[in-house]
Amino acid sequence: MADLTAARSPGAARNLAQNSDSYLRMVRARRMYSGLMIALFVIAMIIGFRIVEDRSAGGFWEGMPKVLDFPTGLVVEAWEKRANLPGYFVEFFPALIETVNIAAVSTLLGAVLGLGLSLVSTRGLAPFPRLIPVFRRIMDILRAFPEIVIALVLIFVLGGGPVPAMIAIALHTAGALGKLFSEVSENVDLKPLEGLQSVGANWWQRMLLGVMPQVAPNYLSYALMRFEINIRASAILGFVGAGGIGYELRNAMTFGTGRFDISAAIFILLFLTIVFFDQLSSYFRNRLVHGVTR
Amino acid sequence: MSMTTDMGAGRSDGAPLQAARALITRKRRLALAVPVLLLVYLVYVFFAFDVPGLVQRANMDNARILVADSYSHKVHVTRDARADEMVYAVEGENKGRYPEGTMPAWVTGGFDDTVIDLGEGHVVRFLPDRRVTYDMPGVGVIEIDRVDGKIVAQFPGFGPGESPEWASVSDSRVSITTEAGRLSVTRSKDEVFRYFPGWELFWFTLDSPYHGRGVGEILFGPQIDPARSNVAGAIADFMGNPMWRHADVFWAIGETVLMAFLGTFGAAIIALPLAFLAAKNFAPVVALRFAVRRVFDFVRGVDGLIWTIILSRAFGPGPLTGALAILITDVGGFGKSFSEVLENVDNRQIEGVQSTGAKPLQRYRFGVIPQVTPILLSQILYYFESNTRSATIIGAITGGGIGLFLTQAMQTQKDWEEVTYYIVLIVLMVMVMDTVSGWLRRRLIKGDDAGH
Repeated sequence: MADLTAARSPGAARNLAQNSDSYLRMVRARRMYSGLMIALFVIAMIIGFRIVEDRSAGGFWEGMPKVLDFPTGLVVEAWEKRANLPGYFVEFFPALIETVNIAAVSTLLGAVLGLGLSLVSTRGLAPFPRLIPVFRRIMDILRAFPEIVIALVLIFVLGGGPVPAMIAIALHTAGALGKLFSEVSENVDLKPLEGLQSVGANWWQRMLLGVMPQVAPNYLSYALMRFEINIRASAILGFVGAGGIGYELRNAMTFGTGRFDISAAIFILLFLTIVFFDQLSSYFRNRLVHGVTR
Repeated sequence: MSMTTDMGAGRSDGAPLQAARALITRKRRLALAVPVLLLVYLVYVFFAFDVPGLVQRANMDNARILVADSYSHKVHVTRDARADEMVYAVEGENKGRYPEGTMPAWVTGGFDDTVIDLGEGHVVRFLPDRRVTYDMPGVGVIEIDRVDGKIVAQFPGFGPGESPEWASVSDSRVSITTEAGRLSVTRSKDEVFRYFPGWELFWFTLDSPYHGRGVGEILFGPQIDPARSNVAGAIADFMGNPMWRHADVFWAIGETVLMAFLGTFGAAIIALPLAFLAAKNFAPVVALRFAVRRVFDFVRGVDGLIWTIILSRAFGPGPLTGALAILITDVGGFGKSFSEVLENVDNRQIEGVQSTGAKPLQRYRFGVIPQVTPILLSQILYYFESNTRSATIIGAITGGGIGLFLTQAMQTQKDWEEVTYYIVLIVLMVMVMDTVSGWLRRRLIKGDDAGH
């Protein structure tokens, strides 16, 4: 806009030259900064890579040719003993169910806890507005704990099994979903709440009848996304001793060569499960966000 | 709603009302059925996970040790009969030994005449011929002797061979635990533990000249160690603390962040060109687009755990495996989300650049990249933040970074103060990453708004 008005005024050519000069200078400065940033970033990547390589048992270039050795061995052996695979699928199916159950229950419990935390930490909805910062900090702390930390401590106290993993994932989920939920509920339309209040509804009734119908699709969509993540998390926690398919996988890996068909069977089961639930959840999330009719 | 009106159309006046009522009833039933189904599911899981059995298996002693150890430490005073010496050591560890000729202030005497003051009137005495007495307020003096190689304890108010419930007595071992501390007498040694709040020797071990000195004394006081300046010496001794290994721990934290950094940004660099191939509006060949998308789905589906296992076979334990595992998994994640971003770019800007005669590569550089950079960067930062958490977990599996320290400390099942320390550091690390990345992302998005 400035250029247009300047062009009409007397001495326009000189003004234009000045403008384009300063514009080009600005562009050059900006390019220099972004070039500098990229250079710094590349240097950081290279140095970081060197450090990581130094502190690892094997180097990157020594390891690279070996990357395919294990998967190839796995596939070859699984193919040779392909007749065994269906048997293993049946054998490890209960463990798979356990992993999925851990994820489902922890998502459920985490979502309920996260729902509560989000409502009491959202301005306009919280029953005790003064405590909002307290509940926010609680969510931050819950989110900051990696699941494995809580799981390992609980395994020490409760012994191995699905329950420590379930509690660990549920707590982390509560923090993560609580934050996402409160971002949704912050944009809630307050008019229905006022309407409900005017007819004497208490806090619970206002939340259930005024807020829930507005936020339910978004909440469900976030919870489904979290369920996908939690299936992966529950498989990983199994690997450190919390039961389910991850635990079976760790055992299978210790058998070594000759028994790779077991590992292969578990890999396949895990892969199919993750893909299945990813697809299922993204189908339902699409329906929730875009509506049923499409 | 549309169903109700459809059904009601062309009928008598009562029909729409009835239809609406039916719909409401159906919805009510559904609203009731969902919680009931969830409850049934939870009951099933309650038994599938064997929660009732868990209550019995749970080891509350472990919980007590864990909690006590996480905020307090104990100092061992040991009369070792075999080695014929007195040992004073924090947590009974060699690294926490008091240097030769020194002992805690609450202990006096030597091998045959030690007086140990446990505080609040509790006093334990090590006497000649390996006699031990414990003067306990409200109980009296407990005498422990050795008769014919057996350990005999005499409690005041009890007959010979009798003992109160709070003491554990056998021929080979007597152990008494009170709120002040713990006395344990066995064939080979007499040992007293005294508990103190706080983490032991967190700053300096006992052999460091800076042990027990205040901050002011180190910063502004006279030179303590003639060979080194106070600050340099204190930092060196703190970092080299053999019990807490601060330098190693900080390195491990850095390693974990580095794993996440390399993995995330490496994945982004690889995923960006691939995302162009997978985006509807940029893909040169439909078949290629389809293939690239399936590759993204595949690496995402295989998941970090499996990639970690596969890669650790090739690269061995260490952060390299972790970084590469994060990298491969996130190529899938980034590829998918980047291509979605690219599909939503504004074509007018590209056309504008094209109208000035720009070649395809220039069109991408000046028409597309400026549009998507803020969104992509904000996604990358978000992944970076969540990958610090993943890097901790992957480190625990492959043996790299702070995850390795955590699992190692857990396995000893006694260094819970170290576990607590690591947990605090991990949580701090994650929170710092959250804050920094959140701040950067807000700035990116704001900068984006200001540009319009």
